[in-house]
Amino acid sequence: MSDQISYDSVEMGAAIPVVSYPVTRLSLVKYCGASGDFNVIHWNERIAKSVGLPDVIAHGMFTMAQAGRFVTDWAGPRAVVTEFGVRFSSMVVVPDNDAGASIEVSGQVEEKLAGNQVSIALTARSADAKVLTRARAVVRLP
Amino acid sequence: MAINRAFVGRVFPPSDPYEVSRVKIAEFAAAIGDPNPLYRDRAAAQAAGHADVIAPPTFPIVITMAGSGAALADPDLGLNYAMVVHGEQRFSYARPLTAGDVVTAQVTITDIRDAGRNVMLTTSTDLRTVDGELVCTAASTIVERGA
Repeated sequence: MSDQISYDSVEMGAAIPVVSYPVTRLSLVKYCGASGDFNVIHWNERIAKSVGLPDVIAHGMFTMAQAGRFVTDWAGPRAVVTEFGVRFSSMVVVPDNDAGASIEVSGQVEEKLAGNQVSIALTARSADAKVLTRARAVVRLP
Repeated sequence: MAINRAFVGRVFPPSDPYEVSRVKIAEFAAAIGDPNPLYRDRAAAQAAGHADVIAPPTFPIVITMAGSGAALADPDLGLNYAMVVHGEQRFSYARPLTAGDVVTAQVTITDIRDAGRNVMLTTSTDLRTVDGELVCTAASTIVERGA
């Protein structure tokens, strides 16, 4: 977990450096169990390919969770997320090998809002595809 | 099969109460690979001003998806789940979901519309404690892909 940042120290337009998060088949199996979303396209390559997908794909909500982690790690333990939204624009394809895939998340301070809140515009990419669009979080900072 | 537009505006009954547990939060945090102590260590969460460990921002999906899944399974709606993908997800939080919260999920179908060959269905789900406190609202758009 990162250090705490304060509302006053945040500058509009500041870039938040990219962080790469791994995703393997094991990640997806664990996410199926923890979330209750057992859609076969997230763990069964045979069925994923039979419905026209390139391979097993990650849950959109797994990708969104990585973007959430990026925001909370940046904002620090005493920050609180008040808004968080994304559009799922492309799939995160997860091959059956030890490396799996990765999701690269970066961000930019978009606006300083009332009530010590800051909005962050997020970018998430995997294998050169933009996997989230209109991704934005608002955090309340000390 | 066409999706029944008459479902727009339909408000479903609240789900059975769901108790947010420390164990489930820790399991979810492990599954998303997030080692944040606020999700596991009560003292760390209390030092940050919370009553107990809090849940990661996307955790409410565990509860809202169960609620909307039951609502959208209504055969009269005519949704073909095999063709469904997740299009968009938004959360608005009054406060973090916290271990010990007992909440219900109430689903409203807010929009059904065509997008080319696809149909987009949007739900809004309110998570409230059994005492009536609104904790989080989740807006979810799912896309039924056209054949």
